[in-house]
Amino acid sequence: MLVHGAVYARGLRRYSTYRAATLAGVLTNSVFGAINAMVLLALFGARPEINGYDATDAVTQVFIGQALIGVTLIISGPSLDLSTRIRTGDVAMDLLRPVPLQSWWLAQDLGRATFAFAWRGLPTFAVGALLFDLAAPDAPLATVVSLLLVAVLGFALRYLYTLSGFWILDVRGLWTLMGFVGPVAAGMMLPLALFPAPVADVLRLLPWASLVQIPAEIYLGKDTLPGGSALGGLALQAGWATVLLGLGAWVTGRATRKVVVQGG
Amino acid sequence: MADPIAPRRVPHLVPRPVQDYARLAWTWTRTAFQYPAGLALMTTGVVLSVVAEFGAVLVVFWRAGELAGFSMAEGMVVYGLAAAAFGTADLLMGNVERLGERIRSGELDTMLVRPVSPLVQMATDDFSPRRLGKILPALGILAAGLWWAAPEWTAGKALVFAVLMVSGVVICASVWLVGACLQFFVADAREAANSVTYGGQALTEYPLAVYGQGIVRAVTFTVPLAFVSWQPVLYVLDRPDPTGLPDALRFAGPAVAVLAAAVAALAWRTGLRHYRSTGS
Repeated sequence: MLVHGAVYARGLRRYSTYRAATLAGVLTNSVFGAINAMVLLALFGARPEINGYDATDAVTQVFIGQALIGVTLIISGPSLDLSTRIRTGDVAMDLLRPVPLQSWWLAQDLGRATFAFAWRGLPTFAVGALLFDLAAPDAPLATVVSLLLVAVLGFALRYLYTLSGFWILDVRGLWTLMGFVGPVAAGMMLPLALFPAPVADVLRLLPWASLVQIPAEIYLGKDTLPGGSALGGLALQAGWATVLLGLGAWVTGRATRKVVVQGG
Repeated sequence: MADPIAPRRVPHLVPRPVQDYARLAWTWTRTAFQYPAGLALMTTGVVLSVVAEFGAVLVVFWRAGELAGFSMAEGMVVYGLAAAAFGTADLLMGNVERLGERIRSGELDTMLVRPVSPLVQMATDDFSPRRLGKILPALGILAAGLWWAAPEWTAGKALVFAVLMVSGVVICASVWLVGACLQFFVADAREAANSVTYGGQALTEYPLAVYGQGIVRAVTFTVPLAFVSWQPVLYVLDRPDPTGLPDALRFAGPAVAVLAAAVAALAWRTGLRHYRSTGS
């Protein structure tokens, strides 16, 4: 546990050196958030309520989504250094460590996510609150827990994408694909409430929705959550986190049996 | 400027940089086809990105019925124009956004000693036909939208519309180049420039009237993205400008394109003159 604490702290410190990039990220996320928000405001100008969402709910979700881009890295390319290390073979070094591969990278990535949330997520949300009318959190405590689960889930998904590199050497195609599936299925591109109801109901249950749609519904206090309450939403997120981390551990085992380390 | 190497005997009908561009782009295209599976996968990725974006546009129009007075058919024309213009500009010029990397790695120095314009080299480097995966579906959406919206066509109107479309591509490419040139001065400016380039694309995918007068004026008179999809749509659908700007503006596209290209050329030259190699 001590090791993981140290890795977490290093992850946090490492990303805190990229100041200009962080600032540029806030700018980009805010611009995209504002554009999305204005389109949705025009939409809700024509239809005041869609599936329990009003304009304020939709705009709030847009900025929750933009604020979580830095945390989940849902639209970027290979974002774990692990994917380069698998390609170059440096992963052999990681496997020598007396710490499981997955928890090592989880600790490092949570450090990164913490920094991204504080310096990229919160400022983006603040810009949104300055420019638009955003809703206040319905259940602040549940929202905080939900955001923690978002960070874990964001890692677990990317870890699985990354591990595919043990089997397919060029993971760029998969990343490109996931870069588009992810934001749509997560409710980042548009709130899932706008989709046809049967589609939205299926997407809500998939792991990507737990990255944006579910936390947004917890924040907004919607009864479309599984079980109709924040607790149901948290249970869904925690369930996916357990399943995906379990899957990650299993795939790691399969993958490491495949690695052949050549001496020298 | 005197040619540093002995000029080849080629007809002077086509300017030298254009010849270079075509030759280098063709070389990179052949390179891309050496990895057909990778190319197919990445093209599929690009097509999917259009599907996702356009899907979002459709959902918004489906829910709204009419968005800022524009129907779904008209919205398709707007989206098709914006995506086709940005896609084409990305194909022709998109790679210049990697200027910062080239400066850091020293590749720009290599380009400067070659007898071909560094801008041509930068734009064609890693030229990839996968970007057609954006342009072709976008043109399809544009055609479908025009067919559905059914404006009245005359030969003259079709010609003017084609000119406005080309102007849109030139404007996008110019904005892209100016954004890239910032990296001569600020090394980490790439993502900030993205908020204008990709952000500009996201903005022009919807009828600009959605955003209100302030933004329409900003993208008409400062970063002239209004001439990429908005003004051409007003022209082809023969609609008065709902934001209250003069209707004559829709014909300003070509002039704005020339101006934008001139500004971009100036930015590039200034940047290049400012550039001091590390000499390593």
